[in-house]
Amino acid sequence: MNHRAVKAIYLFEMARAWRTLMQSIVSPVLSTSLYFIVFGAAIGSRIDQVEGVSYGSFIVPGLIMLSVLTQSVANASFGIYFPKFTGTIYEILSAPVSFLEVALGYVGAAATKSIILGLIILATAGLFVPLKIAHPVWMLSFLVLTSVAFSLLGFIIGIWADGFEKLQIVPLLIITPLTFLGGSFYSISMLPPIWQTIALFNPVVYLVSGFRWSFYEIADVDIGISVAATFGFLLLCMAVVWWIFKTGYRLKA
Amino acid sequence: MAPIISVSHLGKTYGTGRKALNGVNLDIMAGEIFALLGPNGAGKTTLIGTICGLVNATEGKVSVAGHDIVDDYRAAREMIGLVPQELHTDAFESVWDTVSFSRGLFGKPKNPAHIEKVLRDLSLWDRKDSRIMTLSGGMKRRVMIAKALSHEPQILFLDEPTAGVDVELRKGMWEVVRALKATGVTIILTTHYIEEAEEMADRVGVINNGELILVEEKAALMRKLGQKQLKLYLDEPLGAIPPQLAAYDLSLSDDGLRLIYTYDTRAGHTGITALLGDVRAAGIHFSDLDTSQSSLEEIFVSLVRA
Repeated sequence: MNHRAVKAIYLFEMARAWRTLMQSIVSPVLSTSLYFIVFGAAIGSRIDQVEGVSYGSFIVPGLIMLSVLTQSVANASFGIYFPKFTGTIYEILSAPVSFLEVALGYVGAAATKSIILGLIILATAGLFVPLKIAHPVWMLSFLVLTSVAFSLLGFIIGIWADGFEKLQIVPLLIITPLTFLGGSFYSISMLPPIWQTIALFNPVVYLVSGFRWSFYEIADVDIGISVAATFGFLLLCMAVVWWIFKTGYRLKA
Repeated sequence: MAPIISVSHLGKTYGTGRKALNGVNLDIMAGEIFALLGPNGAGKTTLIGTICGLVNATEGKVSVAGHDIVDDYRAAREMIGLVPQELHTDAFESVWDTVSFSRGLFGKPKNPAHIEKVLRDLSLWDRKDSRIMTLSGGMKRRVMIAKALSHEPQILFLDEPTAGVDVELRKGMWEVVRALKATGVTIILTTHYIEEAEEMADRVGVINNGELILVEEKAALMRKLGQKQLKLYLDEPLGAIPPQLAAYDLSLSDDGLRLIYTYDTRAGHTGITALLGDVRAAGIHFSDLDTSQSSLEEIFVSLVRA
């Protein structure tokens, strides 16, 4: 294992985050605060409790997931796309590093940023609404697993993308709708029966449900299924990354 | 001496069907400077890219100091530093950070003294804290060389290192390359500037249409293929070459004032003495003469056109 290479890539990526602090941390925190003002205070005051939890508190796990998913994908995809765009990827390709090490560096850094971001949003939320975390270890585990899985997805998108447009299109057209429809702002049980069934095909439902369970012990789907779905998604992404490096897809001529 | 790089039957066909490399066999010896010459699109960059891991070969094998570049890529790549043709640099990082990053990427422990030496040798030391985007093109090129040298490679690939670099800087880079050779680093460079190969290389390979058409010691190549020309500057212009000199390979300049004799240095008998005798016998007087040897460039052009 070329651990120095992993460290070099990881620190390089983290340095990028510090340089773009506004973009990486401040803007998601700002947008989350806006969600709280609009959904929590303005609309939430008219909505009764959801399964025994005040609406403002109910949406916290979903809001964190929303930011973590979009930022993981955005960060990791940009991290690997940019060297491809500028051509500096030549150095990574010619270095004595395995696919695992490259992915560890890039995905590790993107996931770290997402985890930090998730915790910052959690702290921000604490300023607006009362929070209760029933299972802190599970909460952190879901946060870490989701950050890693979606950073891997972002990494894949970054390798696949051959233009800035494609880099934007997946988060915009897939991640955001799935998250909004994944029960971030409501319980699946609030949907009409047909939509409840359709929602079960949305992988984000399992993440949000499991994450929310770790806070309030209320869940749309069984917690075991949530964990299995998260791991399943993680493994799927790892398999794709492994295949990419094995074949050199979009990286090597 | 065992070759440090051994390329055998290497072939690369791109997805578009273009055959960029075709059955290339090449041994690079440890410690030499090898110049790879060829016109645009000949396959130089593909050959380098394949050895360095940027391009997957479609056939054949490459080993670096006995390490196969696919099965044992770590050991192979650790030995290699690559400076690609295009200026691919980070923009926002400092010179120091980007060069240190490269060292880490190649698995070497931190060594600020070495990084400092590399930056000083390349006259980048006083810009070590500058963001790369603020540097000139020539400096960026040197940053790329510094990155390639950061992990103390035993083999250095320079793909068109002096393209778009001014004369003074080019001379400076030659100095750096010579100094590296003196420390035992093997250098493979591709170039458009024949004078560069002529100045630097121990051996020259010529590649055209994906095939290595010639590999030769530079001196031997020039001796072997070098033709010399003898020019006679005449007192009186000649209308045509006199019939008594028809046996020689002669040509006449347009103004009729120079008689040019082309001869092969390989031939034991150059025919110069006989020619001069016959010229005098023909009553032609000349005031001066000179001889010139064909340059690598002329050799190269004649090879590629052949």
